[in-house]
Amino acid sequence: MAKTIREINEKIKHGKAVVVDAEEVIEMVRQKGIKQAATEVDVVTTGTFAPMCSSGAYFNTGHSRPRIKLGGGRVTLNDVPAYTGFAAVDLFLGSTALPEDDPRNRIYPGKFAYGGAHVIEDLVAGKDVRLVAQAYGTDCYPRRGLDSWIRLEDMNEAVLFNMRNAYQNYNVAVNLSDRVIHTYMGLLQPGMRNATYCSAGQLSPLMNDPYYRTIGMGTAIFLGGGVGYIVGSGTQHNPTVPRGENGVPRMGAGTLCVMGNLKQMSSRWLRGASFTGYGTTLAVGIGVPIPILDEEVLRFASVQDADIFAQVVDYSEAYPNCNPISLGEVSYAQLKSGSISVRGKKVKTAGLSSYARAKEIATILREWILNGRFFLTESSVSLPSVDSGIQFRPLTERPVQNRATPMGLQRLGVDSSI
Amino acid sequence: MAVKRLILNFPAHLVDQPVTYKLIKKFDLRVNILRARITPREEGKLMVEISGKKSKLEAGLRYLAELGLAVQSLAQEVNRRQERCIECGACVSICPSGALAVERPTMHVSFFGDKCIACELCVPACPYKAMEILF
Ligand code: SF4
Ligand code: SF4
Repeated sequence: MAKTIREINEKIKHGKAVVVDAEEVIEMVRQKGIKQAATEVDVVTTGTFAPMCSSGAYFNTGHSRPRIKLGGGRVTLNDVPAYTGFAAVDLFLGSTALPEDDPRNRIYPGKFAYGGAHVIEDLVAGKDVRLVAQAYGTDCYPRRGLDSWIRLEDMNEAVLFNMRNAYQNYNVAVNLSDRVIHTYMGLLQPGMRNATYCSAGQLSPLMNDPYYRTIGMGTAIFLGGGVGYIVGSGTQHNPTVPRGENGVPRMGAGTLCVMGNLKQMSSRWLRGASFTGYGTTLAVGIGVPIPILDEEVLRFASVQDADIFAQVVDYSEAYPNCNPISLGEVSYAQLKSGSISVRGKKVKTAGLSSYARAKEIATILREWILNGRFFLTESSVSLPSVDSGIQFRPLTERPVQNRATPMGLQRLGVDSSI
Repeated sequence: MAVKRLILNFPAHLVDQPVTYKLIKKFDLRVNILRARITPREEGKLMVEISGKKSKLEAGLRYLAELGLAVQSLAQEVNRRQERCIECGACVSICPSGALAVERPTMHVSFFGDKCIACELCVPACPYKAMEILF
């Protein structure tokens, strides 16, 4: 029996929708079977809460008197540089941006105590942030400098805009070398003494709709504690990787580009993170509702950890050299048990993605829908899927031969050797 | 048999005293030194696990107090800031004592202060600065 999103929204409006999370639905399908469960369940909610580096926010600070043109100038927020290549008072702040004077990895491993992600967390928490700007001054924007406190509520717009979030599956990281390494997958001990993974598995949004049948441009979601939207596929969206029989990719595949009003969000669900030796990043909470349109959608949404597999990758050699060798395949059920077996060795595991918080997000989204606070949206464009022919490209380097050529001459097409 | 994990704070004038020797000899206690540190002002901190008969252990502790040593329980030395912790579990495979542990299947992360040996390994391993050492 097929349903439409409109019918489901009608039920939500009348408080009659049946909503379960992506963990509960597994047991439900086991007891009732797909056919029966598909007639009963209207929505399955998913969730994930994990570090996602390609996150950031844009702001319109409002105009100063006299006016200043930040565009083309320099701006820092709590000493963290923001990108100004826009109109007068529009800014973009990325989660991995660092203060100029952060020692980075000069004293190895660097601490990366504060970066763009922490500024976003502070703003969302309602804190004052120091805005310092230098501008070049024009006839219409005469002011050249600014040093002011600013708060989220003072800004015209503050929008979280993440160009790549919610990776559909991810590597399991180990370290085959004989020294400790510090990575975005955390501290990895030598000789494969630990392994880290980063997915909520059976709760993770794209694991539950592996071919993006219901998730697309315009889908309303839980984002950072507020309501956000899927803008499209994220960067590095790569749907054509090998998949299991259940359709779930066996390595990193699809990604989401998302946005939402930062002013509705909460610092519980947007959290600055500092990875020792690596840098700063933003932990983002995302929950996507999956409308159970038919039995197939439900079959996908009832996937469980034991049937989702990830590749174990060495982060001391293979990963840095972009050498895609897998040391083996493990399931999320194994990863979550606390240890896996790689090449005959028992390795302790730890997650970077919080399963407990993912469950909380799926539960909150469920409550929102049950209380008629949140309605499903029809996506206007589907995400590119397996038939898209997308190829994931490495950078083809074309090294510049004559480094002595001044940039100015190059741009004019002048050959400096004349 | 009773077991206690303690931090013994030695003022400068006691740093050269054979305190652990006395605990072992006089009170028949097992003293396992987990960590030791002498500060620039010549004060000493010794992190120990002491075990033995309950009465002997109590007598040993009285002896330490009489000597003028400040004794703290280990659990107070390491703190997890609940509001910072996102329960990811990144610290769990690093923690050697099992003080940080995952409950299954909910995957909640618990911190058992009484198991902690204050090795500080979790401090740089936690991306959210949730683990703090008050040592
Ligand atoms: S690594 Fe930090 S945030 Fe994650 S569970 Fe441990 S203490 Fe909590
Ligand atoms: S200080 Fe050491 S023993 Fe204590 S919780 Fe942290 S890692 Fe575990």
